[in-house]
Amino acid sequence: MGSDSVYIYNPTELLICSASRLIQDNTTAFIGTGIPMLAAALAQKMHAPNLIAVFEFGGTGAILEKLPMAVGEENTFHKALVASGICDTVETAQRGFIEFGFLGGAQIDPYGNLNTTVIGDYCTPDVRLPGSGGGNDVGSHCWRTIAIMRHDRRKFVEKVDFLTTPGYITGPGARIKAGLPPGTGPYRVVTDLAILGYHPDSLRMMLLATQPGISVEYVVKQTGFDLVVADHIHENPEPTHEELRILRQEVDKDRLYI
Amino acid sequence: MRVIECGEGKLIQPPDLNGFREWNRNKPKALIDKQMNESEAIDRFIQDGDYIGTELYGTVRCPMSLVREVIRQGKKNLRVAGQGVMELDMLLGAGLVSALDITYIGLEVYGVSNCLRREVENGRVNPCVEWSNAGIAWRFKAAAMGVPFIPVRSMLGSDTLRYSAAKVVECPFTGEPIALLPALILDVGLIHVHRADRYGNAQIDGISGFAAEMARACKRLIISTEEIVDTDLIRQHPDRTIIPYYLVDAVVEAPFGSHPGEMCYRYCRDEDGIKEWVKAAKEKSTTRDYLNRYVYSLMNHQAYLEFIGKSRLAGLSYSGGQ
Repeated sequence: MGSDSVYIYNPTELLICSASRLIQDNTTAFIGTGIPMLAAALAQKMHAPNLIAVFEFGGTGAILEKLPMAVGEENTFHKALVASGICDTVETAQRGFIEFGFLGGAQIDPYGNLNTTVIGDYCTPDVRLPGSGGGNDVGSHCWRTIAIMRHDRRKFVEKVDFLTTPGYITGPGARIKAGLPPGTGPYRVVTDLAILGYHPDSLRMMLLATQPGISVEYVVKQTGFDLVVADHIHENPEPTHEELRILRQEVDKDRLYI
Repeated sequence: MRVIECGEGKLIQPPDLNGFREWNRNKPKALIDKQMNESEAIDRFIQDGDYIGTELYGTVRCPMSLVREVIRQGKKNLRVAGQGVMELDMLLGAGLVSALDITYIGLEVYGVSNCLRREVENGRVNPCVEWSNAGIAWRFKAAAMGVPFIPVRSMLGSDTLRYSAAKVVECPFTGEPIALLPALILDVGLIHVHRADRYGNAQIDGISGFAAEMARACKRLIISTEEIVDTDLIRQHPDRTIIPYYLVDAVVEAPFGSHPGEMCYRYCRDEDGIKEWVKAAKEKSTTRDYLNRYVYSLMNHQAYLEFIGKSRLAGLSYSGGQ
């Protein structure tokens, strides 16, 4: 524990630091528990002190000093600006006030569609997963969504078994055709192997950067669909000394997650 | 309005708005003392086959003492709206749920629910109809508004909608597709609050989840409360009253009623207690053992609290400043 061996980091810490850097200051983000919460807390302490974190059951603008274990618990509205309820927070997103939204899932496809409902056939599922929760709401209303995933072929699939939360659905124009708000959709996918975005024309997932020490070939191999590779791939910088120090000593000092 | 798409899921509880109006007209408006214990409240107000809902959820301001009593009394074939963590998990683990309007049933940081898996994968919960979290809250809101549906922009373009009972129509004003979610009127709602008077005027501190909407979408409403307070105290801060008395059928005094979950500003969650359920819920036999130990073998909430122990409960009490 503590600050020894600070340059050695684990995959969870890498995900948190990578996601944290995507969050801008003076904006709003819909936050779930787990890695998004830690990323938001780290961002607040690093470069985004005025990030307004919105938790779906009513906490808006909490100071993320203590880590919530649940999306409704007291730390989601610790020293917050507002403590309201789920209709207020999701309606705020529906009116266009929430810039970023964080998502996760058991499967993601090339268009950023996510599955958190079933593995296998819906009517005779191999695994019944928890369901949409707030995922579908976040994916429908936030301007830009960031998915955080472990990267392997079983999770990155050509077609999700169940489309719980819409990404770009079937490609260009599909969100508008479905009635979803124009200008919204998947923005980034942060994994333990790479940072990915979406090709501006095809809206298919596109490799933007590899995580430290990971080759482009390896990312492609661990992806279960044809991955668009950007012309210039850079290596995502390692977590810095400062990021890891704050993460370990301030954000998650009890090591609940990292 | 042109219908573009119809969800294939069953509408488990079709809304009868005119019936709901009549029901509400006939609810007593007199100030009646509605205090009773869990046993009487559940016995009187929940029938087998009822459609029920709980708020907020398992580890947060949840009516766990009421849920344990539902299990103790073995209310069967319940149809349930959820979004839930421990409370719905326990109802599923006890085999009391026959139909679900599901949004999320899982254990948050502790992963998927094995109780849900067993009950759905074996087909014992059927139907299981999909919604988003806000979707269910908005369905309560529609019922609270007294209208048959609410137009929203969630669930569009997804299998979540395909396997729901929502419809997508062409909006008569904009021409764009919009999802219509049917109002959801509960037979019985269970809500745990910070304080209430004996008539049912109830106040919640901190976030209110979907308590306001759900309370107004219930035919019968059972409130459990950390403490019963004098009506004068309620009247001093009417802005805090989320639930007015005339919505309420029973008021149950239940200190630590959310245990092992938390109650903001009062006590925090009992992590060991939650982990014990998480571990037990993995297998059917250990689920049964847990329910025997914490529900069936304890007569009531007082016995449960004695079993948990004063010192352990005191250790959970909120120590931060407000």
